[in-house]
Amino acid sequence: MLSPAFILLLSALYMGALFAVARFGDARADAGRSIISANVYALSLAVYCTSWTFYGSVGRATSGGLSFLTIYLGPTLMLLFVGVIVKMIRISKAQRITSIADFIASRYGKSQLLAGLVTIIAVIGVVPYIALQLKAVAASLDVLFEGSGASLDGVLDSTFIIAAFLALFTILFGTRHLDATERHEGMVAAIAFESVVKLIAFIAVGLFVTYSMFNGFADIFERAKAAPALARLLQLDATRAGTWSALILLSGLAILLLPRQFQIIVVENVDETHLRRAVWLFPLYLVLINIFVLPLALGGMLHFGSQAANPDTFVLTLPLARGAEGLALLVFLGGLSAATGMVIVETIALSTMVCNDLVMPWLLRSRWLGVAERRDLSGLLLGIRRAAIVLILLLGYIYFRAAGEAYALVGIGLISFAAVAQFAPAMFGGMYWKQGTRAGAIAGLLGGFSVWLYTLLLPSFARSGWVDSSFVVDGLFGIEALRAQALFGLRGLDEISHALWWSLLVNIGLYVGVSLNSRPDAVEAGQAERFVDIYRHGAVDADQRLWRGSATPDELVGMLERFLGPQRAHQQLAAFASAHGVPDWRKLPADAAFVRFAEGQLSGAIGSASARVMVASVAREENIGLEEVLDILDEATQVRAYSRELEIKSRELEAATTELREANDRLRELDRMKDDFVSTVTHELRTPLTSIRALSEMLFDDPEMALDDRSRFLGIIVNEAERLTRLINQILDMAKLESGRAEWTSSEVDLGEVVREAMDSVGQLFREKGVALAGDFPAALPLVLADRDRLMQVTINLLSNAVKFVPGGSGQVDVRVGVRDGCVRVEVADNGPGLTAEECSLVFEKFRQGGNTLTGKPQGTGLGLPISKQIVEYFGGNLWVESTPGKGAKFIFTVPLPAPEA
Amino acid sequence: MKRANPMRQRLAALGLLGIPLLTFPLVGLPGGEWGGVPMAYIYLFGIWSALVLLAAWVAERKAK
Repeated sequence: MLSPAFILLLSALYMGALFAVARFGDARADAGRSIISANVYALSLAVYCTSWTFYGSVGRATSGGLSFLTIYLGPTLMLLFVGVIVKMIRISKAQRITSIADFIASRYGKSQLLAGLVTIIAVIGVVPYIALQLKAVAASLDVLFEGSGASLDGVLDSTFIIAAFLALFTILFGTRHLDATERHEGMVAAIAFESVVKLIAFIAVGLFVTYSMFNGFADIFERAKAAPALARLLQLDATRAGTWSALILLSGLAILLLPRQFQIIVVENVDETHLRRAVWLFPLYLVLINIFVLPLALGGMLHFGSQAANPDTFVLTLPLARGAEGLALLVFLGGLSAATGMVIVETIALSTMVCNDLVMPWLLRSRWLGVAERRDLSGLLLGIRRAAIVLILLLGYIYFRAAGEAYALVGIGLISFAAVAQFAPAMFGGMYWKQGTRAGAIAGLLGGFSVWLYTLLLPSFARSGWVDSSFVVDGLFGIEALRAQALFGLRGLDEISHALWWSLLVNIGLYVGVSLNSRPDAVEAGQAERFVDIYRHGAVDADQRLWRGSATPDELVGMLERFLGPQRAHQQLAAFASAHGVPDWRKLPADAAFVRFAEGQLSGAIGSASARVMVASVAREENIGLEEVLDILDEATQVRAYSRELEIKSRELEAATTELREANDRLRELDRMKDDFVSTVTHELRTPLTSIRALSEMLFDDPEMALDDRSRFLGIIVNEAERLTRLINQILDMAKLESGRAEWTSSEVDLGEVVREAMDSVGQLFREKGVALAGDFPAALPLVLADRDRLMQVTINLLSNAVKFVPGGSGQVDVRVGVRDGCVRVEVADNGPGLTAEECSLVFEKFRQGGNTLTGKPQGTGLGLPISKQIVEYFGGNLWVESTPGKGAKFIFTVPLPAPEA
Repeated sequence: MKRANPMRQRLAALGLLGIPLLTFPLVGLPGGEWGGVPMAYIYLFGIWSALVLLAAWVAERKAK
């Protein structure tokens, strides 16, 4: 049996477990081993799913069918534009931003006015949403108690107890100490844990209802289709297309702009790369938690029929109706998770804003508390935050008591969404548009907020009977055009789309219009530059030059001690000093970097606007004019542009260097080849010259020489001279071929005849060495178009090469001529030592001689084959060698047949 | 000097694709039912899940 005491005890135990998770997270964070992984971060984003989702979605589905999904489609789409979120995180880290009010204020010149305005809008907009959570918890308790038959007397108190409990809990979570980053890892861990609990609970009840009470999806849908009242929920209503889009836009903005979402997504982010997970895991969570909403809604309506059951509590009443008390308890815990998670994060975020942006500026200015003189303000700061938490929850409780029954859960949530949507123009404009000014932001916010107030909040008050509803029915002062929910006669929209449309129109219009007609001051221009160009403002050099003035280290240190507490201040100072290579922080120079550091630390503690005021109070800052600020920033931009150019130039240079090096290598290789060529030629020329000279000298010295000897010597001299001539001719020939100045004659040539003739002319060589020469010719060969003498030269060259390399006596050279593949093909095969694969290509290079040139005497000029190759290629043919070492070589050349006449 | 982040651009492209797919008039297109479940329900959850899975694929593939 579910007794109230048992339920309250269970709630307390659950909260205790939550607290244990949080303490564990904090302990790990303090030890430097953060438990915030990408998954935890992604799950903590699900703080978006409050009790409004948990209980309210089902209620919404009973009236609007699938349109409740828009609240979750918007965030899915928004998260895909991850670049925007990354930019927000970068800016926040660089500027030490701790809340959305701080973000907007900081962008527009660290304006206290703007920070206060954003805070007020956020508080007014979000307090009803907090009330909604209390209401949800109260309603769920109500159902459970009713189910157990217990009395309802304790309900009022239990809601108050819950509010008080939540306040205490939030204080313990969120204000353990002052932190410059305002990060609460324990809280994030607890929120992620709660996200898991509420998902499990919701899916459990969804499965229970769908598969235990009904026979699956199809069954529920079939039965709903049969009921006329329910059938319309199964189809989308095209007449509400405008509302559909408006709600997607609204929820897409809310996922970033609700104070708690900003806190979780931006402030609590420890690592940008976690977004990669969040960008799909959080939407997946949304898909899962929504799958059963429509079946639950239909199931509840089918089950309870015409009974007056509250659809907002179907998730509890359905299992209870079947006596599944354990499941109902799980669902209750899930709902409690949803509500507490939202309240904790939202109040922490709001209390930071209230403390930094409303209370501190006022305290610092007023004298009666003597704040300016107090030594240590860190305690006071924490006290203010705790008080703010209590106050916000108290406001929520009062709102709940006063308006609790006036409005369905869903209405309240959307009113809050529309309130924070007013931040969008100032926020996104500030991130991407440098010209947006403080005056524009203030005008836009005030205008949008007023429209929201008039078209959405006040009518909801009127519905509760708090204010006279005549302005809704008849229009303000009886002017019909001013009817709150049909402004200027705009009809056909629901109230939310209506309010969103008008408020954003006014907001954007004023923001852009006023911005274009106002001039930013120096601080503002600097901040605009830093926000919009955050990806480029990695360097701090310009930042430091943007501050000029004088301060003493003592004053700065004293100020940090006062706001952070001496111990924490000293810690941070020591860290800063060691990062700047100063061993002792007491010796730090009070330069621009130090002042910026101090301001950054203070920003974390009291917000950027107040921090700026405080720093200005101890540092005598010189005013830098707007022009100068822009100059400095321009200069920084220019330097970056130059350095980019430089980088491109140096890359080009590198490429050119590589090319040059390659060209140089080629040249050197050519140079080496030329040297080789010259030395080979010289060597080749000297050998015959030497023998000619030696023999000539002998003939000259010995006139008595025998006639036989004399004629033998003269014969050698003639031979050597011939060889010399041949060599010189070949070199000239080569030179001509290479330079393209060779003379060619072209005629029809019978290659078989050429080869036969060549064989005849070298026959003597073969006979002398005892080498067999065999030819194989077909009877008739087609004629080719070529230079007869040149082909003869090639054939003779191949034959004389062959005879050189085959062994005397047993040598064998076979010549074959044939036609293949449209070419006349001449093969000269020998049974000499053969060539290695490497040599096969080398032999066609100039002066590369066959055989080992180191040991053996060179047996040719080394020009024969290169010349032959050039000749054959000139006629479109090819010359190559096929060989395996030890098995002889086969030189083949081809000359293409003339193209057949068409 | 690499500014363009291909992963972010792919995700943003998915987002731009999702906007028309998940708003009127396209969402009003599917009618009737399939296996007893209304097509509108299947269409919305199908497109939504597909977007999420594609985003997961894009984001995690680049993470390696």
